[in-house]
Amino acid sequence: MSSIIRASKLGYDYYRYTDENEEPELNRAIDQVSLDVKEGQFIAVLGHNGSGKSTLAKHINALLVPTEGTMWVDSIDTAQEEELWKVRQKAGMVFQNPDNQIIGTVVEEDVGFGPENMGIPTDDIWKRVDESLAAVGMLSYRKHSPNKLSGGQKQRVAIAGVVAMHPKCIILDEPTAMLDPNGRKEVLKTIRELNEQEGVTVILITHYMEEVTLADYVYVMDSGKIVMGGTPREIFSQVDTLKSYRLDVPQVTLLAHELKQEGVDIPDGILTIDELVNALC
Amino acid sequence: MKLDNITYTYSPGTVYEMHAIQGVNLDIDQGEFIGIIGHTGSGKSTLIQHFNGLMKPTSGKVLYEGKDIWQEGYNLKSLRSNVGLVFQYPEHQLFEVDVFTDVCFGPKNQGLSKDEIEGRAREALEHVGLAEDMYKKSPFDLSGGQKRRVAIAGVLAMNPKVLILDEPTAGLDPKGRDEIFDQIQSLREKRGITVILVSHSMEDVARYVGRMIVMNHGQVAFDGVPREVFTHYRELEAMGLAAPQITYIMHALKYRGLDVDTQAITIEEAKKSILQALGER
Repeated sequence: MSSIIRASKLGYDYYRYTDENEEPELNRAIDQVSLDVKEGQFIAVLGHNGSGKSTLAKHINALLVPTEGTMWVDSIDTAQEEELWKVRQKAGMVFQNPDNQIIGTVVEEDVGFGPENMGIPTDDIWKRVDESLAAVGMLSYRKHSPNKLSGGQKQRVAIAGVVAMHPKCIILDEPTAMLDPNGRKEVLKTIRELNEQEGVTVILITHYMEEVTLADYVYVMDSGKIVMGGTPREIFSQVDTLKSYRLDVPQVTLLAHELKQEGVDIPDGILTIDELVNALC
Repeated sequence: MKLDNITYTYSPGTVYEMHAIQGVNLDIDQGEFIGIIGHTGSGKSTLIQHFNGLMKPTSGKVLYEGKDIWQEGYNLKSLRSNVGLVFQYPEHQLFEVDVFTDVCFGPKNQGLSKDEIEGRAREALEHVGLAEDMYKKSPFDLSGGQKRRVAIAGVLAMNPKVLILDEPTAGLDPKGRDEIFDQIQSLREKRGITVILVSHSMEDVARYVGRMIVMNHGQVAFDGVPREVFTHYRELEAMGLAAPQITYIMHALKYRGLDVDTQAITIEEAKKSILQALGER
């Protein structure tokens, strides 16, 4: 499999301006970050607020360019300004608040906005709109007004808007933080289907540990660095280390961990309810 | 506080007429810790805005300490000092030059003396766990979790008897979630205030509140202690909600023949019950 996203010793500095007369303070948001994501993978990134996850995500579609090191998206160096649009087309981004990402007054127009900007012929735009809305299960809402939709539906429209640009990779920055349980479920299902059926590479940034169990590989960030990397099972078997990074594990994993400490014979890194039930019964 | 058969109708008498809440009766005692859950659009936000008179019911009565708040001559301003409402993403409402001044804004508007204002601000900041070295910082230089605490302190400084929080932990990392909840809990114990919490996290509701109210289509679907309400997890799912992961684990174990308490909703309860069941086997 070829690499779709590769980062080598990435560093990003920004200045914080406190007072007009004072020297600005130099901050390092990400530091020595190296990544290698293969095409079709489902990657999760965990980290507490301010750990550098979002800054890293913004490097993947060239919203930010590194101060140090290099980021390649499908072999293109994101620091090359003339390649900017190519990079953004290959790597699409979905943010936390769906209301900030929807601009059209009708669902289908919103989804068509991306391809239209890419100069795609009109017939093809509509084809892409159809396909994208079908992929997120929102086809029957194409003539609806986005502001009448639920949070989960809006977020799926936002995802369709990205899908319509035919990206190779989608980066989702806490896409479920503002949603109710149902909305969360809908969005996750959509993400998983895009990954499995359409082969889109997914990078999911989240604070919900349950959402991470689906990933092929998990990165944990702290103070701008990648401090852990592994499969969900490897990561979640280290309950205490995760807690030291202000993170958590899914409830089922924590329960299994605590039972094990009480002497119950179960394996490490239990991720699903079925696994726990099978271990106990 | 008492809601007596309240209904709120949007655009009454037009084709857009819609009941946001309908026939809601609630009796809330001083010192209760209440969780309100419901999917997006179920009427939660409309409901909480009735508690401090931001919305006026189309029919029915809102009583605070036995008095009808919409009676002529009722002092709504004093009601709003007694019933503090923290909106979703309250950090977007910070505006002052530094943390301390921002927290002083509420009590200043209550017409208190300077000493009293500053005393309250200090106390409120202490309650939310912000140290003195933060007081002179610009609120915009803080992390997400810190900003949120400043915003909560701003409401606390008005010395409310009832504190209503709309999704106080949305977007925070797990540690930040725990910290905010622990502080709310200890605040409730220290000051004896009533806390009403709107949340999408069933796990948090299970862990902290004494009573939960489930809203569905603008009506109260369930009102009771969490362990009892979560036994209706199938019905909750039909409403677009869910139970904590623990509930599902316990039901799965029971189904497989392990004699556990299916009403357990926290990790501690589940651990105890499983250990006991394993011991008896």
